[in-house]
Amino acid sequence: MSWLTLFAQVQIHHRASDCESNNGFCPDWIIKNFGDRYVDPFFRHLELVVISVLVGFVIAFALGIVAHRRRWLVGPVVGITGVLYTIPSVAAFLLLVPITGFGLLTAVIALSSYTLLIIFRNVVAGLAAAPAEARDAALGMGLTDSQVLWRVEVPLALPEIFAGVRIATTTTVGLAALAFFANAGGLGGLIFGDLVFKSNVVVAGGLCIVMAFVLDGLLLFAQRLSTPWVRAARA
Amino acid sequence: MAAALEFQQVSKTYPGSDEPAIQSLSFEVPAGDICVLVGPSGCGKTTTMRMVNRMVSITSGEILLDGRSVLDRKAYELRREIGYTIQQIGLFPHETVAANIATVPKLLGWPKDRIRDRVGALLDMFSLPQDMAGRYPAQLSGGQRQRVGVARALASDPSIMLMDEPFGAIDPITRGRLQNEFLRLQGELRKTIVFVTHDIDEAIKMGDRIAVLKKGGVLAQYATPAELLLAPVDAFVEDFVGADRALKRLALLRVRDVDLWKAPRVRPGDPVAQAQEQVADSDLPYSLLIDADGKPLGWLSDRDLAGERVPDEADTAPTPRLDQDSVLRDALAELLEEDTQYGPVVDERGAVIGVLSIELIAQFLASKDPRELDPPERAGVEP
Repeated sequence: MSWLTLFAQVQIHHRASDCESNNGFCPDWIIKNFGDRYVDPFFRHLELVVISVLVGFVIAFALGIVAHRRRWLVGPVVGITGVLYTIPSVAAFLLLVPITGFGLLTAVIALSSYTLLIIFRNVVAGLAAAPAEARDAALGMGLTDSQVLWRVEVPLALPEIFAGVRIATTTTVGLAALAFFANAGGLGGLIFGDLVFKSNVVVAGGLCIVMAFVLDGLLLFAQRLSTPWVRAARA
Repeated sequence: MAAALEFQQVSKTYPGSDEPAIQSLSFEVPAGDICVLVGPSGCGKTTTMRMVNRMVSITSGEILLDGRSVLDRKAYELRREIGYTIQQIGLFPHETVAANIATVPKLLGWPKDRIRDRVGALLDMFSLPQDMAGRYPAQLSGGQRQRVGVARALASDPSIMLMDEPFGAIDPITRGRLQNEFLRLQGELRKTIVFVTHDIDEAIKMGDRIAVLKKGGVLAQYATPAELLLAPVDAFVEDFVGADRALKRLALLRVRDVDLWKAPRVRPGDPVAQAQEQVADSDLPYSLLIDADGKPLGWLSDRDLAGERVPDEADTAPTPRLDQDSVLRDALAELLEEDTQYGPVVDERGAVIGVLSIELIAQFLASKDPRELDPPERAGVEP
């Protein structure tokens, strides 16, 4: 199945009313079709985003931890993830299809690789930003190297790490709209399925924006909960 | 419980450097003493301190804690036995005051109750309110942070403490207060302390013994503060101690340690003849009017004593009232401030115990016997 056939499969709605025939913004049509057309793709989109960011985070965080104690690794990792980042996203999906086929796997590989650069850089910068005197005091009091990492450096890097994950998540919500090129579903299929019908574009696009906002809000909330000292310092 | 510390021929050469940072350093710190490492920047005083807990590796020689080499256990185990404070304090910004103080007890696996009790006790010890336990370092003042840093170093009651300019980053007034507070605590705790500073005045104030280091990590002199001020071994030490070293000795002795003049004391209503008799017997030209509690009311002039009986009020105020616990330097400053030759010395209740004069201070400055200069609280230190 080639990607061109995907377009052919997209179901075009029946233009029943005037508003619909004129491709306008039709609240009645939206209310009637919302449950059937948009709910499942929305959750599929969410699934793509959450899995991709999680996978990207795990890889980037692990790389960041390794590169933190071996600084010479930072350059090469930034270089490689940077190259991944510059591959045009549509091209990435299409390049992967012959190897991993259509579906979730292809979409997640492409989407998570876009998060690596952002998250990795923030993890490394966050870990390096722990105050030298806190590290010195920690070692001087008898924390081992790994205790310094997990009890001092990682907690102090959290604001920076969260910042990276938030940018990566917002970006991925947008990029996941292209996952339909890999036949991985999501809201992208709906948007591109009928670009001229305003009701469709507004609802599908709007849901992407809502998802980006909600996820960002949840991450911000988690960040506040896990870094109470940051607010204490500002007060 | 304190540990004795001994440096035996300790040297340090940093990798890639031809010049040693520390050269064959040998000295002993008796258990319970404060040993101050002092010297110009680059003399290796911090390096010397950091070799004790192996934050800096030892190139050659031995450092013994209670006779046991610091090298014969894992570095992190050694460090958990040694209190550690640095100038920048290094509190963990993401942990509360209580969690910061609990760092080493947690590493040692203390039960939660014991840690909580210990944190509470340490907050009390450093005059910090209990509700500070839940605050973050960013919410504290500089002086409070400094106290929490020292409290954290004391948390597991280590037998030895390393303190690298612990009062360096705060204003002079708070620093003076923290120094006094710490000396008072040390009076009870009797820890063995290695204290690094670049400030000779702080060294003299804090040290039972002072190691003066010069460039290249060479020990120039190791002595008590009094010995150091009275008999610097060479031009370097003399220069480092300062041209005013005679005056600095005034910071070593407290007023109560001086053989004070006896004050001719009279109370209101005493016969004038008695007052005159007492003045004739004393070193002072005037008698001191005191109240029923022995507190000074003033100096009686000849005019005050014109009648039969001593009056209720005196012509001259009894200022300055010198605290018996002040050091001589401060007492002298007070006398000069009041533009007077002498002042009554009072005890903690405000009662007169004698009179200190500029003449007495001058006699002290002229004396050369270091044993006389050794204040009683430092008498335990053998050269």
